[in-house]
Amino acid sequence: MGVEGIGASVVRKEDKRFITGKGRYVDDIKLQGMTYAHFIRSPHAHARVRGIDASAALKMPGVVAVLNGKQIVDDKVGNLICGWAITSKDGSPMKMGAWPAMAPETVRFVGQAVAVVIAESKNLARDAAEAVVVDYEELPAVANVAASIKSGAPQLHPEAPGNQVYDWVIGDENAVNGAFAKAANVVKLDLTNNRLAPNAMEPRSAIADYDAAEEHFTLYTTSQNPHVARLVLSAFYNIAPEHKLRVIAPDVGGGFGSKIYIYPEEMVALWASKRVGRPVKWTGDRTEAFLTDAHGRDHVTHAEMAFDKDNKILGLRVKTYANFGAYMSLFSSSVPTYLYATLLSGQYNIPAIHAEVIGVYTNTTPVDAYRGAGRPEASYLVERMMETAARQLKVDPAELRRRNFITQFPHQTPVIMAYDTGDFHASLDAAMKAIDYAGFAARKAKAKSEGKLRGIGLSCYIEACGIAPSKAVGSLGAGVGLWESAEVRVNPVGTIEILTGSHSHGQGHETTFCQLVADRLGVPISQVSIVHGDTDKVQFGMGTYGSRSAAVGLTAILKAMEKMEAKAKKIAAHALEASEADIVIENGEFKVTGTDKSIALPMVALAAYTAHNLPDGMEPGLKESAFYDPTNFTFPAGAYICEIEVDPSTGKTNFVNFVAADDFGRLINPMIVEGQVHGGLAQGIGQALLEHAVYDANGQPVTASFMDYTMPRADDLPSFKLSHTTTLCPGNPLGIKGCGEAGAIGASAAVINAITDAIGKNNLEMPATPDRVWRTIHAA
Amino acid sequence: MSTVKLTVNGKAVSVDVEDRTLLVQLLRDHLNLTGTHVGCDTSQCGACTVHIDGKAVKSCTVLAGQADGSSITTIEGLAKGDELHPMQAAFRDNHGLQCGFCTPGMIMSAVDIVKRHGGQLDEATVRHELEGNICRCTGYHNIVKSVLDAAGRMKVAQAAE
Repeated sequence: MGVEGIGASVVRKEDKRFITGKGRYVDDIKLQGMTYAHFIRSPHAHARVRGIDASAALKMPGVVAVLNGKQIVDDKVGNLICGWAITSKDGSPMKMGAWPAMAPETVRFVGQAVAVVIAESKNLARDAAEAVVVDYEELPAVANVAASIKSGAPQLHPEAPGNQVYDWVIGDENAVNGAFAKAANVVKLDLTNNRLAPNAMEPRSAIADYDAAEEHFTLYTTSQNPHVARLVLSAFYNIAPEHKLRVIAPDVGGGFGSKIYIYPEEMVALWASKRVGRPVKWTGDRTEAFLTDAHGRDHVTHAEMAFDKDNKILGLRVKTYANFGAYMSLFSSSVPTYLYATLLSGQYNIPAIHAEVIGVYTNTTPVDAYRGAGRPEASYLVERMMETAARQLKVDPAELRRRNFITQFPHQTPVIMAYDTGDFHASLDAAMKAIDYAGFAARKAKAKSEGKLRGIGLSCYIEACGIAPSKAVGSLGAGVGLWESAEVRVNPVGTIEILTGSHSHGQGHETTFCQLVADRLGVPISQVSIVHGDTDKVQFGMGTYGSRSAAVGLTAILKAMEKMEAKAKKIAAHALEASEADIVIENGEFKVTGTDKSIALPMVALAAYTAHNLPDGMEPGLKESAFYDPTNFTFPAGAYICEIEVDPSTGKTNFVNFVAADDFGRLINPMIVEGQVHGGLAQGIGQALLEHAVYDANGQPVTASFMDYTMPRADDLPSFKLSHTTTLCPGNPLGIKGCGEAGAIGASAAVINAITDAIGKNNLEMPATPDRVWRTIHAA
Repeated sequence: MSTVKLTVNGKAVSVDVEDRTLLVQLLRDHLNLTGTHVGCDTSQCGACTVHIDGKAVKSCTVLAGQADGSSITTIEGLAKGDELHPMQAAFRDNHGLQCGFCTPGMIMSAVDIVKRHGGQLDEATVRHELEGNICRCTGYHNIVKSVLDAAGRMKVAQAAE
């Protein structure tokens, strides 16, 4: 592998700028003549906008303009769209309510913008916003699934009777009914998957700069996928044709899904920049992030699992209500359907599965993909179900899982996915060994003698990553292909630039992507640069989410490298008067195998660009590009086991140990992979113990700052013990499965299984706060 | 408007600001020291942590005027030229950062933590002391590791001085 090649824990190239304060985030950028936007947002969950009086604000110092929803609609800026079409079981298309970038008539969640002040400074914009008077007529609101589906409930959108987005089904209902008819045991479970706020540490920000002479826009924005942003802004929101819109996503301070989407603030900044003729900057504060960044999760589910007399699973029946919030965000429709229900087989042989998912509108912030996106909800359901079943059937939870593990691959589940490879026994073995599962009973007894309740919880997760084979997702309703593109430029002096459509917002691409080049060419990573995040530089790209950047993005780089290497070998062979087939690349040199003849990469590159002596008919230059479309999803899987201790007098949970055994296929940089797992685990544990985006019955958010919403902090979490088992992914040449979401997908169930084991009661909702745990312990 | 005079990263500066200007705004907007970040506006996340007269303080909670006459160190002033501060080096070597947004505040807090504890740190103390800094990427695992590593390095550096 070499010291900087594949498999080496190389320290990150990008770190120097971050640790010295030289990172360049959107809010750090200042443009000449820049103005500042401040949005006026609805304080009501549901209201009619009767009028907006900006006359006083317009007279205030430094105010450039006050613009409203009617104007943006009149200027024909398009409504926000959801780009994945889902069809209900009755054959009807999903019901998409109109979502203008600022509300001209009706607001449907607290925080929805109705107007924007543009001023000479942030403070002046904020001052003037205070002077804008909006006349609202309050309407009754629905704040949760139960209220939304009640007959006679207030209605959000004329397009969606009964507040229903869709009623979608997957699987064979008759086969499932048959399985339950012959079952020896049936296990039932009701659970809620709590709503979360993504909370990347960098608040969203956008700077729009319109050049009237060129009729050209530049948008600096906090995006995980700048090319997708340009595509959507051009094709659907009528901002500008693609060649007149450059989108730059520089350093981005975390995303976790929330920065995939194109938000109203970006659209308004672009539109306003043209109207006022100056650059417009908007940077959200944390409360705006809570109110407007797409939330995650929020499911209410009833599930039943049928077992035969030998505790083998016969079937699974699931009914889930998914809360979409007030509008359908960009990829929201796919999350509780194709990213959720297709993973309901978990790591298990389940002959029959049927799931029904009903999507509903509520007067809350829109919900979309948040780290894991549908797969944490599936994993939580399946793994809570396995634990519940083990308790009901009185078998060891590890044994019940082992009895039902899939062991033959490829394995076709009844819910679309074809698992390509895996070894679920191996990861469970590794996790059980790491936590000394056999010694748990003795530890539990000792804790009991000290007045503490000790519990252990398992979670054997699987996810579908490497998103995604374009043809497959197209057949399921996706509006885009999910391939990735890359370009390899060898400069005339032999340095290398890799241009990628993936976007790094913490994942370390500037290091790991160089490692592939170092591995193949034997050059130091200091000789390689990664270029990303700018639609004017990179040919195209679908961005970073769904644990796709290594499995899809890096494979695209590999494909471009192969093309470049093939040409370079021809040039080397020509220069060395050898056969192309005899050329091998080692330590930055092209060598004639079995001889001492060689030519260094810079000389090959120089030859390519001077073009004085190239093989006949060869084009000058050494630059190649590739588009790579995966043939299947990848299937990272693993086993997490958590041992906790609950203090019955306070309900407080303390971690004793948390072990993770993951199978991600090939690891490029184990240090970075482990960092990804740590972060994912923290988010999964945060969901289980601390985090909850709460609305009152009127749709008022009551957790809209870090004072109210409990973010995991250093003293809430343990150190993690990680290990890896490996089955290489057969679907891509590098054997990579992806690692970005696993922790968030697998951790929650392990924690709740452990707490419910400790307290001896199975019904416990997330987040398992001390108050909730104490009440559960002491409930009659 | 008021004139605020202070020393920032060893340089004397004098800035005319609106009275309501926060220290973090003075640093970011007036001095272009954008390494100090704003993550929450409610003094919870610690991304804005700087040193005022050697003590870690959240600069989103201090009016620029309150810092008049004091000496400020920001993340940009922590390294000695090309030589990284041991805390910066430890964060890099232990993969103590991912997106980098909380990192400047984490590093400034961590330097203060090590100083206050005289290098006598264990994991539980570090976790407790980091309570005022939020990171969404790392799960804190490698941040804790970085701080413990740096505590050792700072002790060695101190002994050598």
